[in-house]
This record gives sequence, C-alpha cells and structure tokens, in this order.
Amino acid sequence: MTRKITYQQAINEALAQEMRRDPTVVVFGEDVAGGMGTDQEKDAWGGVLGVTKGLWPEFPDRVLDTPISESAYIGAAAGAASAGLRPVAELMFVDFMGVCFDQIFNQAAKFRYMFGGKAETPMVIRTMYGAGIRAASQHSQSLYPLFTHIPGLKVVLPSTPYDAKGLLIQAIRDNDPVIFFEHKVLYTMQGEVPEEAYVVPFGEAAVVREGDDVTIVALGRMVHMAAEAADTLAAEGVSCEVIDPRTTSPLDEETILESVERTGRLVVVDEAGPRCGMAADIASLVATRAFEFLRAPIRTVTPPHTPVPFSPVLEDVYVPDAACVTEAVRSVTVRQFT
Amino acid sequence: MSDVQPVGMPKWGLSMTRGQVGAWIVDVGDEVSVGDDVVEIETEKINGVVESAVSGVVRRRVVDTGAWVPVGGLLAVVADPSVPEEEIDRFVEEFQAGFVPEEEDTEDGEAGPETVEVGGRAIRYARWGESGDPVVLVHGFGGDLGNWLFTAPALAERHRVYALDLPGHGGSAKNVEPGDLASLAQTLLGFLAVNGIDRAHLVGHSMGGLVAMAAALRDPRRVASLALIGSAGFGTEMDGAYIDGFVGAGSRRELKPVLQRLFADQGLVTRQLVDDVLKYKRLDGVGASLRLLADELFPGGAQRHVLAGDVGALGLPVLVVWGDRDQVVPPSHAANAPAGARVSVLEGAGHSPHMERANDVNRLLEGFLSGA
Amino acid sequence: MTADLQAASDVLTRQDLLRYYRVMRTVREFEERLHIEFATGEIPGFVHLYAGEEAIAAGVCANLRDDDYIASTHRGHGHAIAKGCDVRGMMAEIYGKATGICRGKGGSMHIADLAVGMLGANGIVGGGPPLVCGVGLKARVTGTDQVAVSFTGDGGSNQGTFLESLNLAAVWNLPTIFVVENNGYAEATSPMFHQAGIEIAKRADGFGLPGAVVDGHDFFAVYEATREAVERARSGGGPSLIECKVLRYYGHFEGDQQTYRDPDEVPDARANKDCLLLFERRVTGDGLVGADELRAIDGEIATLIDEAVAEAKRAPEPALDAVLADVYVSY
Repeated sequence: MTRKITYQQAINEALAQEMRRDPTVVVFGEDVAGGMGTDQEKDAWGGVLGVTKGLWPEFPDRVLDTPISESAYIGAAAGAASAGLRPVAELMFVDFMGVCFDQIFNQAAKFRYMFGGKAETPMVIRTMYGAGIRAASQHSQSLYPLFTHIPGLKVVLPSTPYDAKGLLIQAIRDNDPVIFFEHKVLYTMQGEVPEEAYVVPFGEAAVVREGDDVTIVALGRMVHMAAEAADTLAAEGVSCEVIDPRTTSPLDEETILESVERTGRLVVVDEAGPRCGMAADIASLVATRAFEFLRAPIRTVTPPHTPVPFSPVLEDVYVPDAACVTEAVRSVTVRQFT
Repeated sequence: MSDVQPVGMPKWGLSMTRGQVGAWIVDVGDEVSVGDDVVEIETEKINGVVESAVSGVVRRRVVDTGAWVPVGGLLAVVADPSVPEEEIDRFVEEFQAGFVPEEEDTEDGEAGPETVEVGGRAIRYARWGESGDPVVLVHGFGGDLGNWLFTAPALAERHRVYALDLPGHGGSAKNVEPGDLASLAQTLLGFLAVNGIDRAHLVGHSMGGLVAMAAALRDPRRVASLALIGSAGFGTEMDGAYIDGFVGAGSRRELKPVLQRLFADQGLVTRQLVDDVLKYKRLDGVGASLRLLADELFPGGAQRHVLAGDVGALGLPVLVVWGDRDQVVPPSHAANAPAGARVSVLEGAGHSPHMERANDVNRLLEGFLSGA
Repeated sequence: MTADLQAASDVLTRQDLLRYYRVMRTVREFEERLHIEFATGEIPGFVHLYAGEEAIAAGVCANLRDDDYIASTHRGHGHAIAKGCDVRGMMAEIYGKATGICRGKGGSMHIADLAVGMLGANGIVGGGPPLVCGVGLKARVTGTDQVAVSFTGDGGSNQGTFLESLNLAAVWNLPTIFVVENNGYAEATSPMFHQAGIEIAKRADGFGLPGAVVDGHDFFAVYEATREAVERARSGGGPSLIECKVLRYYGHFEGDQQTYRDPDEVPDARANKDCLLLFERRVTGDGLVGADELRAIDGEIATLIDEAVAEAKRAPEPALDAVLADVYVSY
C-alpha cells in the first residue's frame, strides 16, 4: 500500500526493512544512534538530522556510533563488506570525504578490478549534500561528480521519497560500493511511497515530465527546479521533457539521447559546479553522440565556479532556481541553428 | 436546472489531479446527446474520452488542445440554441471566477482504498456507490483495482461497487501460495464474506474472469451473475509469451511492448502506465508470486482451466465481452460462451476493452446488470 | 632449550615447525629470485621485497585460521605466502599474466585472495588498518571468533588511518591485531626523522590496548606475542598492537641504491640475525628437527620457485578485453 511519507522517512524505512530482511546489514556512522553510550535516551539523535532515529532500539547490535574518524570507519565498511557484511556507513556531510577519500576510491572502488574480479564489496556510504541551509562552504557542496569520476563506484542521488527508498534498497542489495547522496533540503519533502520494500534499479532515468520542444536533464534537488520551470513554460506553449537520471554512475545515456533526438534541444541543470561536473559531462555526451539532432546550442545551468557562500543573499543567488532554468530554456528555444 | 451546462475535466482514479486536452471530437455548433464523445483527455496515467452528460448544442470550447486543466475545470459549454451568447459568456466568466481546483494534498470526501484481512492475507479494495446490489470487479493477471477507473464510477450510479486487488497484486499481500485457482477463488469468496456480501454480481477481466467463474462454481449461491471481459477459462489457447514477457520485463523498454499487447490502440500505453506497472513489479515478492500464478494457471503458455462449460450448467446470467483484436486471449473463445450467455464482441478493441472502450463496456454492463 | 621455544613447543609439533620453516624459506626464495629476475627487466612495474622479515609473516600467520583475515602492505609477498596464497599464481601475477592470482590486473602491490583471508597487498601506506576493523566488526556482528590482522610498516604507523583504527578497534572492542613491521626506514627516511617517541608499541597505551615489542627476526618471539594477542581477540578481549623490530635485506623498492644505509648493515644482519638461521639453530640445536630435513625443504622450494618463474614467463598475457572486465559486479 502506498501512502505519503517524507524523503527522510523513506530512507529510514528502507534501512529498517533491509535490516529486518538481512541480518548482515549494519548501520554505522557519527551519531547514527547518537546516545547509545549514555544513560539518557539511547537513540537521542538518531543521526545529526534524525534520519536513522528508531533503528538503534530495534537493532542494538547492528547500529553503531563511531568516533569522528571517517578514514577508520569508512575503511571498516570496505573491510566488513569484503568479509561478508552489508555495511551502510554514514559519511555525515559529503564535504568530509576529504579525510577518508583514500578508503573510498583507492580501496573499496578498486578491490574488484585489482583482485581480478574475485572480490565483492557490497557497501553503501550515505551522505548529505547540497546548498540551501546556510551551512557555508564546508557543509554545502554537491560533490557527486568526484565520485562519478571513479570507476568501481556507483553514485545515486534520489530526488523524491519514492526514489530514495527504492534506490537505497537497491544500493544495500547491490554487490558494488555505492555512494548514496541525500539532499538535506529534500528531507522534509513528502511523496507517495509503498509500504512494501521495492527496488529502483540503477541506470534508469525517470522521465518527470514528457515534452517535445526541449530536453531538461536535472539532478537531485534541481529536478524540482526543472519541473517547476517546465510547468511555467507549458503555459507559454513550450513543452519540456524533464529527465532525472537518478544515478550518475551508471548513467542512463540512452534515455537522454533518445529525448534529445526528439526535441533537438538540451538544457542541463546541476547543483554541482560548472567545471568537470555532471552538466559538462551530459552536455559532452549529447554533443558527441547526438550532435546532428541539435537545433540549438546546449545550455548548462549550474552555480558559479566558487565555494558555496554563507550569506543568505549570496547563497540564494548561488543555487540555480526555476527562473534560471526557465531563462535557459527560453534562450535555446529562441536561438536555433538554421 | 440551468439551461447552460458545463462539460468538466473528469476524475479518473484517485490520483488524477489534472488532464491534458487532446483532440476535440465536437465543434462549436455541434449537437450532442448524453453519452456522445466530446474530447480526448490524456492524464499521466491513462488516456480517455470525455462523454457529454447532457444534451444540447456545443456553444463554447473553453480550452485548446494541449492545455492542462485541473479536475473539475471547464472544458466546454453545452446549452440550448436559444440561450443568448451573452448568457454563455457570463456563465463561463462566473464558472471560472468561482472555480477552485482540488488541492493535491486534500483527499477529503474521497474514500481511499481500504484493507481487510481475508484468509490471513491483507486484501486491498475500493468502494464506490451507496446503494444497489453489490458488484465486485476482479482484475486480471498483473493488474489491480485501478484497472477499473473508468468502470467503477459508472456502475456506482446504480450499484454498490467493490474492486479488490487479488493476492500478489496491487496493494494486497504479495504472497500467493499455493497460487492455484482454488485459492484465488477462495480469496474472492472470503472477500465477499468479510464485507457481508451475501450475493454479488462478479465482473472479471482475463484471469479475473477465470477466478470469478471458479468462485461461482465453488459457491453458486453467492453469485448473482457473471460478466466476463476478455476472460480466461474459455479455451486452452492464449498468448503465453505475454505472460512470460510481463513477468520477465525488468525495464521500461522491455515492458512497454508487452503492455501494448493489451490494447488495440497502442498509444494508450503511456509512459506513466508503464512506470506504474514497473513500480508494482519491483515490489518485493511480486516477481515470485506472478511466476507462481503463471506456472499454476498458465503452465507452458496454455490455460490449465477451461470452465465455461461448467459455468453454463449453473444457469447464471452471463455476459461475455471480447475485443475482436484481443492478442492475449483469442476472441474466438467467445464462441465457447456458456449457453444462454449474452455475447458482445467489440470491433477495434484489444484485450482490455473496459479501458480502451470504456463507454461501450459500461453500457453493456449497465444493461446486463439491470436485467440480471 | 631456549625459553621461547620451550613456551612455543607446548603447542608446536615437529610438523608445525617444518611447516613454518617451509613458509619462511618459500618467502625468502621467492624474494631472492625476484631480486634476480627483476634486474633482467622482464617484470613490469616495481616490486618491494620482504626478504629479511619472513619471521614476522610466518610467526603471525602461524596463529591464524583460513577464515581469519589479514590486510597487508606494498611489501606484501611474505604475508600473502604465509596466509596461503598460491605461490605460482603470485609469481604469474607479478609478471602481469592472465594466470596470475589477480588475472594480471593487480600486480605485486595488489596480490589478494579473499578465499584464504588475504585482503590484499596495498599500494597505499596505511591503507590496511581500517579494513581489518571491518573484518573485526563482521566477526562481532555475526558472532564468529574470527580475528583480523593488519600489517603496517613504521612509515604506515604515522598515518592517521593507523591511529584512527587503533581507536576504533578499541572503542568497538574488535578482534583485531595491529602488527607493525618496523624495518628501520619509511622508504628512505629513518625513524629519527619521521617518528616521534621511541617505540611505536607505546602508542597502544594511549588507546588503552596492550602493546608489545618483539624481535622481528625471531620467529618464536613473534609467534608467542601473536598467540597471546589472537587468544585475547578470539575470546572477546579486544585488539592488540605488536611492534616487530626487523631489517629488510633490500631497498624500499628494487632498484633502490640504498645510499641512505650503512653498507655493513645488511651483511651483518644476514650473518647474525637472519630469521632462517636463527630458526634452524634453535630447532636443530634442540634436536626437534634434523638439518637434513630442512635441506630437503630447501630443495623442494628451489624447485617450486624455478617452476613458478618458468611458468610465469610462459603464461599468456591477459586478453585485451580484460581491460573492461570486473570493474563492477553488475553495471
């Protein structure tokens, strides 16, 4: 049965259901119980934003608070996965990956290849990303392009509660290391989510709006900006197809290319920066594989090549919004190759 | 009753909040009668045709093809030719000024699906209509109660209508063991019992028709009539590849051509319809349950149970509806209908005429039920 | 009979002693032969030789079961052999061949075989300690008495990963053992310039876990210290740190001219501290094993390594499409 729950609840439910189904699923990270060692409430925090609250009381042996020691426990996830667990480690903010990146991209990502296909590393790293909560430069980045760059990793960024649950269950059951990006601004978003466990496969884009004039590829929170822009533009008679790739590795290239072959126009909306980011990557994909179908220059909508600013007025101008997308779409519908 | 009548955006299914105007079937100045097709509407889930609920002359087409209109929003105005133009304009103006689209989040007044326990399993169902003899709608293999979105509201005008999700389907429990026909029929009879329904008209589509027949054979006193649409149980032949394709498809690309076999007009298979079926198929337990049902009911791609003859012996009123372009269960099986059955083969319809030719099927059902 | 051997011989049989000698001799022969073969230019990339440190790998792994795990270093051949990796497959791997233990995709620094609990040599200094915390967690969560050992050099002991892992293993009370092979040089830099504090083992105190210093040339000393640590770990007593003081016989990597070392250091060690010599002296001196038995093993190992090198040279290169294989289980 389907009912409305939040993105955050969807993640919590996916964890709980998979832990019930599979005794090898373990959850650990900083404060994921947040209180398990005190005499007070045992899962006082349940994660810094409460996403894992309620798991510790049900699974006291499989939900573990860690030291603030990302290298050790992210590496432990890789070792545990090699030895037969399915760890879900929380790297609280993806900005912190700098202190443990070796364990992700030199260890977990490479085991299978380096060991001649004889290793499986079924681990998930859940992490928060994205601007919008006045958290400034070290707690607001959208660093998924860095992980997408690394062969051996799968990179997931759900934009809805439905996708959050299904993609997380897939991530846990998947036998490769998965980096699961959760946008903090989306935690309170509500949406229809089945009570049962289900999977959303990786590498399958969602078509959020169907349209004929312009293809908008948008990622994570930007999917909602793109959908809002598409609704605005529909009233002006511009029909936009909005595609949410849902996973950047693997990337559903086929759905993007097929759409652009129909519409002849592409706008990519990404909260990651403009250099070596997903917008540039997807623009390159279309330019190299579907150039002959393009009827206008490709436009990308991204933040500027700066750190995320703190000041609310600066952060608001930094993050792309629906108006930016609308303007970009208008520009490609006005300008056209002849 | 005012001389000026609106034609509004219908609501097909609980989740529909808006529809997109497709091709207009009538022009301004055309005379329409109750039941005439007015305009095609596409929604995220399904495409359909709006019928006129009134008779008169089409005086205005308020929206153009391509526009999105919320449920209840004004599409056209029908009035007697004698009504002056100014009055039509005033009607449109007042309607638009007073119209408040239904908020997506508020479902007040709308009864959502409910769940009952039948034989130890959670069974989801929905209800329409306040009075009249009970009618229970039983979907086919891989379907759910949502398949009846065009049917249930129409029948609800004169009946209490129930649609359930069979085990392994929709919002019901996803285990189907032992997965044989007897257990499905038992579930249907159990569903009648827990809802306090002594005797019901059963309407079944495809595998649902087979289940309805099996229930009638198990306990004939509980069944007032059988309406069987593109039904299984009339012969052994079927398109086994459809079943395998449906069970096996893991992606949109694989599933879409399979679902297109359900309809004569393949344009009806929208992306949303495919996505919704995929979402269902991706629920834990569904794959195994569908496989078990397929192996039990359609082993080797052929129908195991042929019940039409036995049902004939019950002497129940029976309606048989088939689309002449049904690619899943051969329309020639209509010839095996029980003696005395009303048989209607709809031209140009596929395996799901209740969705594809909803208005025609509704008229057949209403006519049959009023006589049954 | 020496005190070490007396203690050890309570649990060690003649067969055990012959087995451990065989392990050490295999490693030595493997590395000495690689030293020669590498100079021919036929081996791709670079190798880091373990010769001189054999007593540590053998002494530690002698206490481990097949279902226990180790995580190794860039100087990993000895650990791999001691944990039971196939020697012929290892040699083929070092030659980059399709028959290699990693199908030619890993090379010397990534030799691994999860089937025997070898989590991999590791090209990243300090890469291994966090991994064994994960294995320890697996044992804890699934209720087994498996243990996991990480090998780290003196260089690696300065990595944050090493210190973080001591802390994590202690707070989670994991069945893990952190073995530091202090061979006197972090690449080319002596402890005088890279290591604060005199003994790495003392760092254990700060995390509240037992730390021991042993002579890494002495199999029995390593064996005894590890035996204690493994017993503690298996019985729920948590992690330990063992620092083994040792000398490596070759440079940081093959080709290293070792201009930073006293020229007498290695000849002296080979003459006076060699683990194989010490081992032989003790076990033959005590009459447990005959020298002829050890020579017989030496002969078998020489043949094995000869064959392994010949096979590796003859073995097919990987098929070119292997470049695309095994990035993911599914993608």
